[in-house]
Amino acid sequence: VRRVTGLEDVESFRRRARDWISGNLREVSPEEAEWLSDVQDDGAVARNRELMAALFAVGLSGICFPREFGGQGLGRQHLQAFTEEAAGHELPFMFHLPTLTILAPTLLDFGTEEQKHAHIPAMLRGEELWVQFLSEPGSGSDLASARTRATTDGHDYVLDGSKIWSSAANRADYAMCLCRTDGDVPKHAGLSVLIVKVHQPGVVVQQIRQVNGAREFCQEFFDNVRVPTSNLIGAVGQGWAVTTRLLEHEKLAVGGGSMFGLLADRGGRSARDDSDLLLRVVQENGRGDDPVARQMIGESAALARTQRALIDHIGQSIAAGRLSPSAASLLKLFSATAAIRRSELGAALGGPAMVAGSSAGHEMAVHFLVRQAAGLAGGSNEIQRNIIAERVLGMPREWAADRGVPFNRIGSQDAPGRLPALEPLVTARRAAGYCSSSHWLNRGARFSLNAARESAASGW
Amino acid sequence: VVETTRRFLQTENPLSSVRAREDDPAGFDRAWWRRAAALGWSSLLVPEELGGVQVSGQGLVDLTLVMRELGRFVAPGPTIGVNVVADLLSRSGSAGQQRLLAAITDGESVPAWACYEHGSPWSAAGVRLAAEPTAAGYLLTGAKSLVESGQAADLFLVTARSPDGLIQLLVPAMAPGLTVENQSGLDLVRRYATVRLDNVEVPASAVVGQPGSADDLVRHQLEIAVVLQLAETVGIMETVFEMTRAYLSDRMSFGRPLSSYQALKHRMADMKMWLEASAAISAASAHAVQEEAPGAGAEVSAAKAYVAERATDLIQDCVQLHGGIGVTWEHDLHLYLRRATVNRFTYGTPEEHRDQLATASGCGA
Repeated sequence: VRRVTGLEDVESFRRRARDWISGNLREVSPEEAEWLSDVQDDGAVARNRELMAALFAVGLSGICFPREFGGQGLGRQHLQAFTEEAAGHELPFMFHLPTLTILAPTLLDFGTEEQKHAHIPAMLRGEELWVQFLSEPGSGSDLASARTRATTDGHDYVLDGSKIWSSAANRADYAMCLCRTDGDVPKHAGLSVLIVKVHQPGVVVQQIRQVNGAREFCQEFFDNVRVPTSNLIGAVGQGWAVTTRLLEHEKLAVGGGSMFGLLADRGGRSARDDSDLLLRVVQENGRGDDPVARQMIGESAALARTQRALIDHIGQSIAAGRLSPSAASLLKLFSATAAIRRSELGAALGGPAMVAGSSAGHEMAVHFLVRQAAGLAGGSNEIQRNIIAERVLGMPREWAADRGVPFNRIGSQDAPGRLPALEPLVTARRAAGYCSSSHWLNRGARFSLNAARESAASGW
Repeated sequence: VVETTRRFLQTENPLSSVRAREDDPAGFDRAWWRRAAALGWSSLLVPEELGGVQVSGQGLVDLTLVMRELGRFVAPGPTIGVNVVADLLSRSGSAGQQRLLAAITDGESVPAWACYEHGSPWSAAGVRLAAEPTAAGYLLTGAKSLVESGQAADLFLVTARSPDGLIQLLVPAMAPGLTVENQSGLDLVRRYATVRLDNVEVPASAVVGQPGSADDLVRHQLEIAVVLQLAETVGIMETVFEMTRAYLSDRMSFGRPLSSYQALKHRMADMKMWLEASAAISAASAHAVQEEAPGAGAEVSAAKAYVAERATDLIQDCVQLHGGIGVTWEHDLHLYLRRATVNRFTYGTPEEHRDQLATASGCGA
């Protein structure tokens, strides 16, 4: 029997979770868990939705979400207890990120009461998978230069433009979309964020095939898409503040420090999976006693343990006000650089097994091919370093040619705020069509959201 | 304790005092150590009923906060060795041995741990010094190296190998046949010594714990030593990083502060990441050892493998960002680099700890 008032104590919560899990959730192999994370599989999506509904029905969904919006109103320790009890069982993994850990908390921060009541419980019941529409073909690291336009028409916005690097958008029900609502003010001031129903007239979603063969990311095209003005999140022109917060939630989630997740330590998973893969490569090569190989395995293990400690440390430091929320970038940069390093170690451990004829070696090789994705998805390492230097360490901001310039006049000859020395370069680039959208693949330096989950999942 | 430690170090141990003691044979004086001990530096791992001081109930974690301050000032003193011995005697000492704790916590007695032997791994497995059973006790023969504060010590905890296995014994510095030799070293105030034992006779009452079963004790002592040295190293990293951050803001080149260059901002961002990650894993390892958690040894090894190298990387990078002044004797950077370097290579190298982690990960036979 659940207590209605007061906070349920951790141990009784743990017993309640254990009893229900043992009677209702199947134990699954790593392969089955992987299947449950495969958002492109119809059966897996359906099973994820069922599992969310089942958890919701017994009060185990949204453990750290406010009760008012269908959550349990409990704390981190409860989430940790659930994580421990649920280990090895089937779970609705695909709701963890971005829906629960990024978009739900952003909606809690900025959404209207109506929006929160309409969507948070629906997410927690497994009825709504969400996606974020942030990057554009011409707007990656410089996210605030988004061109997707939302113009008012009666009680609607009309949306035109394109978004890219959105993970599994073809499977999502709703998106948070960063749009330009005013082109006559400097770029950050003219942005707003809208809730967009993904499957509706005027929206075309195309999947993008990646180097490893996966089709995780999508590009979307909007042609006169109608969005009710009541779908505005925050105020008009507040889009950059909403996006900044969303990105902070994303970095915490990717690094493993989010308290809104399905599980507490989902973010640490990539490190564990990578370490397992490295061990399998070593075992297949019979190099377990080779001192060089042992150094590499030891380094990988040290990185994984350090990452886990950093997750707790950054989460607590931000909560205690010792570090600014921007310090989530430290976690993101660590997890990305560690993943890249592990991939390099794994390649060295694999040696010729990377080329052909070995199953663990081939898995490692494909992992190696997409090594840099960890340093791109969810904001490039370079952008994280800017954020850390400027917002955590308080170092001077980079000079920007478009600061204070109305968005529509950026790049025009008479725009203020531009360094004379850059003139010839800018002109030459424009002449060469460098900024045209046909170059989007090279310029899309910023993967979106779920690349994080992709790198966390074993596919890479 | 942390506050008083900081004030004490500010008045008694400015960096100029570190430089002034460069030629001091002991690196610190006993009267100063008694005053430091009065602040709790030697008491936090000792239960109150044995004369120790408990602040939060987590003595080791409290002591790491003190060590962090010591790092900020590159302080002299035998803190690590004294605490390793004090912890051991509190846990496993006989009643007679525990009576020594009063003098140790007061700072009157300075014990040192003699474990490492030249050319061997810094672990239980590397101990060869012979403890040969006699009618009355043991006869010790062999040599120890890199004994921290060995010159100043009046008592040695000697880790040795007996026919029954690993054994630890308390040997007074005055014991006939025991000689201590200064090893000229890198750190300006932390001294290391060779301790030779040439047929040193000790009574059976000198044995700490059960003869032949010291492996677990030695492992725990090493964990404590690493936790303490890494806390000190993190204090060093914080200090050097802040010095460098301030320097980049003040120093102008091409008409703008160094801190405005993206090439340098990105390096500072990486260093901030190393710093926070080092603080995180060293604190996690301290908690694991404090709570005697399963896997504490692996956590300590991960901390050593990560922090020790990132620390010297960070300081060397800070030297680079300071430019030429960074490689001068008059600048303080080298004082920190010296301590971080000795901390990197004592109580097990990162390479040794990575190898242990490989075993813990299930690598090899």
